[in-house]
Parts: sequence; C-alpha cells; structure tokens
Amino acid sequence: MAVAARKAGRAGAGAANKTTSTKGSTRGAAFNSPQFDKNQDLSAYNEMLLIRRFEEKSGQMYGMGLIGGFCHLYIGQEAVVVGMQMATKEGDQVITGYRDHGHMLACGMDAKGVMAELTGRRGGLSKGKGGSMHMFSKEKHFYGGHGIVGAQVSLGTGIAFANHYRENGNVCLTYFGDGAANQGQVYESFNMAQLWKLPVVYVIENNRYAMGTSVSRASAQTDFSKRGVSFGIPGEQVDGMDIRAVYAAGQRAIEHARSGKGPYILEMQTYRYRGHSMSDPAKYRTKDEVTRMREEHDPIEQVRRRLLESWKLSEDELKAIDSRVREIVNEAAEFATHDPEPDPSELYTDILL
Amino acid sequence: MAIDILMPALSPTMEQGKLAKWLKKEGDQVKPGDVLAEIETDKATMEVEAIDEGVLAKILVSDGTDNVAVNTPIAILAGEGEDVSAAASSAKAPAASAPEAQPAPTPDMQAEGLTDRPAPAERPQQTDLSTPAAPSVITNRSSYNAMAEIPEGTELVNMTVREALRDAMAEEMRKDGSVFVMGEEVAEYQGAYKVTQGLLQEFGAKRVIDTPITEHGFAGVGVGAAFTGLRPIVEFMTFNFAMQAIDHIINSAAKTLYMSGGQLGAPIVFRGPNGAAARVGAQHSHDYSAWYSNVPGLKVVSPYTAADAKGLLKSAIRDPNPIIFLENEILYGQSFPVPKLDDFTVPIGKARIHREGKDVTIVSFSIGMTYALKAAQELEKEGIDAEVIDLRTLRPMDTDTIVASVMKTGRCVTVEEGFPQSGIGAEIAMRIMENAFDYLDAPVARVTGKDVPMPYAANLEKLALPNVAEVVQAAKAVCYR
Repeated sequence: MAVAARKAGRAGAGAANKTTSTKGSTRGAAFNSPQFDKNQDLSAYNEMLLIRRFEEKSGQMYGMGLIGGFCHLYIGQEAVVVGMQMATKEGDQVITGYRDHGHMLACGMDAKGVMAELTGRRGGLSKGKGGSMHMFSKEKHFYGGHGIVGAQVSLGTGIAFANHYRENGNVCLTYFGDGAANQGQVYESFNMAQLWKLPVVYVIENNRYAMGTSVSRASAQTDFSKRGVSFGIPGEQVDGMDIRAVYAAGQRAIEHARSGKGPYILEMQTYRYRGHSMSDPAKYRTKDEVTRMREEHDPIEQVRRRLLESWKLSEDELKAIDSRVREIVNEAAEFATHDPEPDPSELYTDILL
Repeated sequence: MAIDILMPALSPTMEQGKLAKWLKKEGDQVKPGDVLAEIETDKATMEVEAIDEGVLAKILVSDGTDNVAVNTPIAILAGEGEDVSAAASSAKAPAASAPEAQPAPTPDMQAEGLTDRPAPAERPQQTDLSTPAAPSVITNRSSYNAMAEIPEGTELVNMTVREALRDAMAEEMRKDGSVFVMGEEVAEYQGAYKVTQGLLQEFGAKRVIDTPITEHGFAGVGVGAAFTGLRPIVEFMTFNFAMQAIDHIINSAAKTLYMSGGQLGAPIVFRGPNGAAARVGAQHSHDYSAWYSNVPGLKVVSPYTAADAKGLLKSAIRDPNPIIFLENEILYGQSFPVPKLDDFTVPIGKARIHREGKDVTIVSFSIGMTYALKAAQELEKEGIDAEVIDLRTLRPMDTDTIVASVMKTGRCVTVEEGFPQSGIGAEIAMRIMENAFDYLDAPVARVTGKDVPMPYAANLEKLALPNVAEVVQAAKAVCYR
C-alpha cells in the first residue's frame, strides 16, 4: 500500500515521519486511504497531469530565457492542491505563497494567462505586472500568489474573517510550506482564527526543504500537524502524495471549518522534485532521495496505475489524455511566447483606484 | 517532426555550462519527465528533463563537454511515429538554431556579481522603449479653494479631534455595513486614547473588534478582509507598533492592486496616533510621515484640525485604496469648530491655506501646524506676513497649492516633527525647485525634528522637537531679515 511504502522510503532518508495519523484535540483514530471511483481518478489524473506538463514547460521556457527572475515549480506536489480542490465547493477561497502555478491551474485559471504572466506579457493574468509569484482571480476565488514567506497566512485568515463576518458559509484554504510554518505571524493568525472560530483550513505543504534547509535543520517540532496544539487547533498528517488521502483529509478539515468549529491544520507530507527555484545547487539532498520519491511515490503514477489496473483503461486512452493536456500547455506556451509585452503606458496604471 | 533538445539555463545569467552526463542513450524511448542528462556550472547542477515523448535519435553534445552555450541543441528527439534516422540527420548547425533570449537582470544576478547576459532574444516588437512620462503632479488648475468645502452659513460646533474622529467612524459605519473597526482595546476599553468611545455600544462586538496584541497578524487579517471587499478600519495603538505590521501595509496592501493588474485592491484604513506625544521615549515617539509617503499604492493623510480630521477620515473610509491616516496624540484633546452637516467630507489630496499672507509661505501638517501658526503670529508683529499651508494629505501631495503660494511669496519654510533626512520638507523643497525655481527669492528652509532618537529627559525632548522660535528664525532668514 502506498502509505506503507512511503513510510519506508522516508525512513531511509533519516526523517522521522508518521503517516496519516491524526493529532490535536478532536481525533485519535487513523484513517485508511479511501477509494476513488473511476471518474474521480480520471479527473485527478487530468488535473495533476496538466500541472506537471505546465511546470515542465515553464522550466523549459525559463531555460530558453523567456521567463525571468524566479520560477518555483510545483512538480511532485500536484496531489496536494488537486485533492484539496476536489473537496471544496464553489465560493471557497484559495491563497498561497510563491510556488503557486499549480494552485492557479487547479482553481481553473486559464493556462494561457498564467504562462503569459510568467513571460511578462500583456495577456498575462496580471497584465505582465505581477510575475510568477503574483497572480490573482476574484472570479476563481484565488487570492494570490504572495512573495513574502508567511504573509499569506494572515491574509488567508483575513479572508476567512470576511466569510465569518458575511456569514456566507465559505472556507478559505490557506496554503504555506514547512519553511513559512516557522514565521511568527503564522501563530498570530492561528490564535485569532481559533479565538474567533474562523472558517480557515491551514494546509502546510511539507515538501521537506525550505529552499535548501531540511525540516530537521529548521524546525524544533517537525510534526507540523501539532503546530496548532497550544491554540487547540486540531491537525493531521496526511500522505500528500496519495490524492485519495488528501481528498479525504480535505473533506474532514473543510467540514470542520464550515460547521463553525474554527480552523483545522493539515500537514501534507509531500516532495518537490525540482530545485527551490531554477538556480538550485542540488547539494542539500541526495539524488537517490529524489529518485526514490519519484519512482516509489509519484502522485500521478499512482493514479495512472489505478486507471490501467483497476479501471482497465488502455495505454492509448491514457495517451489521448496526455495529448489533450499537452495541447493545452503548448497553446499556452505559444501564446505566452508571442503575446506582446505590456504597453509602456501600463507603467503608471493600477497604482490607485 | 524532429525536436531539438536545447542546453537549458539554470539562471538568467548563465551563458554556458558543462554537459556532465547523459542518462539516456541514442535509441532510447523517452517520455515527458524522464531525466535525459545532467548539466553543471560552478554554482549549481540541474537535470535536463524530457518535455516531449519520442526516441532519442541523436546526441549532439557528448558527455563531459565543457562550455556548452545555453540554447545550443544538445540532442534530437524523434517524435512519435517518426523515422529515427531521418530525425537524426536533421541536425543543424547549433548556432543557427539558438533561440534568442534576453532576460532582465535579477537580484540573483547582482548577488552573483554577474552582468553579462545570455544570448539575445526572441522578444516581442517594441517600437518605443523610452520611459513614458509620469502623470504630472502639477495640474495647472487654479488653486483649490478649501473654503468651498463648507457652505456659507453652515453652523459650526466646537469639538475635539478625538470626538471628530469618532463621529466620522460612527457615521460611516451607520451608512455601510461593510465598515468595521479592529485593533487593540478599541471595544471594551473604549479605545486606548478613547477615539473609539461608544462604538462598541452602538455597533456591537461583531463590528468593533478587540484584537490580541498582534499587530503583524491583525494587519494581515485586515488586508485579507479588504481583498474580499470589506472596509476595515485598523487602529494601531500608535504607529510605532505598526512597524511590526509594515510588511502587510506595504507588501500586501499597497502593492497588490498593481501586481494584480488592477483586479484586486485593498480598501482599508490604517489609523492611529503618529509622532511624539510627551515623555514616552524613542520607541513611542517616531514620526512615520515620510516613510509611508514614500510608497506608491498608498494614500497618506495627516490632518491638523478637528474638521479636517472628520472630513478626511470619512473620505478615507470610502476610498477604495489603502489609506494611512496619521493622527497625533497631543491634538486629540484640542477643540476646533466643525461644520454641523449631515455628511461633511474633505477630499484627499488637497491642501488648505490656513492663513493667507504675501511675504513667506510656511508649509506644514498635523501638529507641525501649531508651530507654524504661532510663528506666523510672531512674524506679523515684526511686519512679516506669512501664508500658512496645511498639507492635510502627504500623498498624493498637493503641489499645486504649494507652488501657487510660492509663486506669490517667493519664499518657503517647511515645518515637521519628523527627521530631516529624506523628510517631507526635503520633498517639498524639491517640488518647488522643479516647479517654481525661478520664483524663489531665497533657498527653501526646513524646520524639523532633530536627527536623534527621541530622548526621555524633559529638557532634551524639548530640544529634539521643533519650536516656534526656530520657525520664526527660518522665516526671517528666507526673508533676509
């Protein structure tokens, strides 16, 4: 079973990890990975593949000099955001940090607009003025895209505050990493969220490295699901490479928040295959560790295997999905390569309303 | 058709690297995500992954090759169903097929001390590369008439600045359910400086919210709520404490509208006392006027009179942008006539000529106005007729009114409690040079707080702040008297 295999894989890398156990005040029992039906697996496969192919293309375009500055790829972590989105309802909001392309695609934002923002063109979602880390969509309830590590946690808590104020029944999914989890404002936010019972789910994407600093070198408490204990916020560790586990945990957490019980913490144990940004020394972890994660725990491969073995899809059918996804990504890249840069007059617009 | 696999760049500054090792060999089937090769520079290593599916038809650059230029084809991939040998023979001269790219310099690049750029670029046509002109700060309109803000015959009632601010919030909260107040001690305590007195009783705990002592956190919560369209009034017990929250004020509130291409703004007011009170030492006495006025994406308001405090705070709450509303603790208890109107507002961005004169212009704001006005009275006794301008808003600054006055008087003195370097006075002097240099009969003079952290001892504190005598002296100096 995936969970067990994952546990073994991690033990080898020296990190002490529990899997899919629950922490905090409200839950004690472990959850088994729930099963997906065929449609769920198909949808998960499509969505995750889109993110993977998009990010691969981004990396390629960065290499060609079409994307500037920083570019933080989400490859390896796809199951987290796709699984969580499957557990939301229309109106629920999403906010995250700088590794945000996957979140935007999962929220349904246009791949062309995202890619054109990466290349700094006028058709980008922020008209080319935001860049990789700064895109937003009110329509898709996506509130960024924030480049200051940890800032999105207070902001997401504020979005949840607004849900509470308006009594609209929406929940804000606030994503941050194991690195951001050590920022002070995270705990200021935890305190207020629990004090006021705000509808927020804190999704900690523990990909095991804050840039190049491993969790064990940066965190006195490496079980991030316990980070809300002193505020009485329940938390769980989740196998973030298994989309079924993510979805089930997401449902529990969102239901908790929506029902007025306040915030909930999900530590998604995941892994980033690529460097922190594009220029990465790759000296802080072994190649074996990366290879093992890719080979044994890849979130997309897990679904692909189920589609072939449990749902009896043919290789050709999967190839057709792959081609459709690739077409979307290629169109986005094509658009983002040829769309003009913003008009110079845009320099002085959008500063004030 | 055959696909060229290009030498990638690890950073915008990389021009070449070593092709350390091929992990696939000619004839291998590859699929997206497969690692094809490893490349190295002196700083980093990276894996080259396949983007497309196919057969590795030909390796053009072999293992261990140093100094491979970015964007050089390093291998050829035969697409599905394509003849591998035909693809392999499609190799072109590497230089000819290198796409052009010219990324802008990044912080990375400067940090690494690299200035050379990679190969030049496929870049969209740009006919005009010159910087567009900034919108003019001078409107060429005749000077704004602040007298018109209050219709003739309006009844005036005396009230303190504190009461005026409270009334402004209460009136806006009655009109708009999306307006709420949050901060430390704003509710049950009735405000650390009693500015929010009575609001909890009228509007309830849902809209008048006591926060924990957690400036960074609640400023972020306020901005997040504002992103969704609510209109928070975030009170800082003093702006000294807003230093813990300045990241959210600047990085989250001020920049998001621009970074989102105009999609997402933050209609939020950050308010509270700013600058020196009395005998509270350096950490409770800082004047942040110049700091916030430096930031595009913010409006910065700093009123002196109770009428302006009320009218400007009402405008600030209605404004769709993030507003820094700088009050002054010493002014809270001072009384001024305030127009008795159902809905009295003062526009943001307009200065007011508080006292007309012809010999010298004194420009100030907030508590600085107390020195300016007393100095004007002193100067009158000596036959100098000073015009006193109350800026009221620091950003956008009302250059029109300053310039029109200086064109009349030919002389200018600025007065503020903040530090001299890069201060509001420095900015005013520059704007006068840019717009009315030929009208100046003397260099602009500034009176500021001294360039020291605020001392505690009463005598030193007094020395650290500006005083009336300094303003009088400066005004006489620019009048060559």
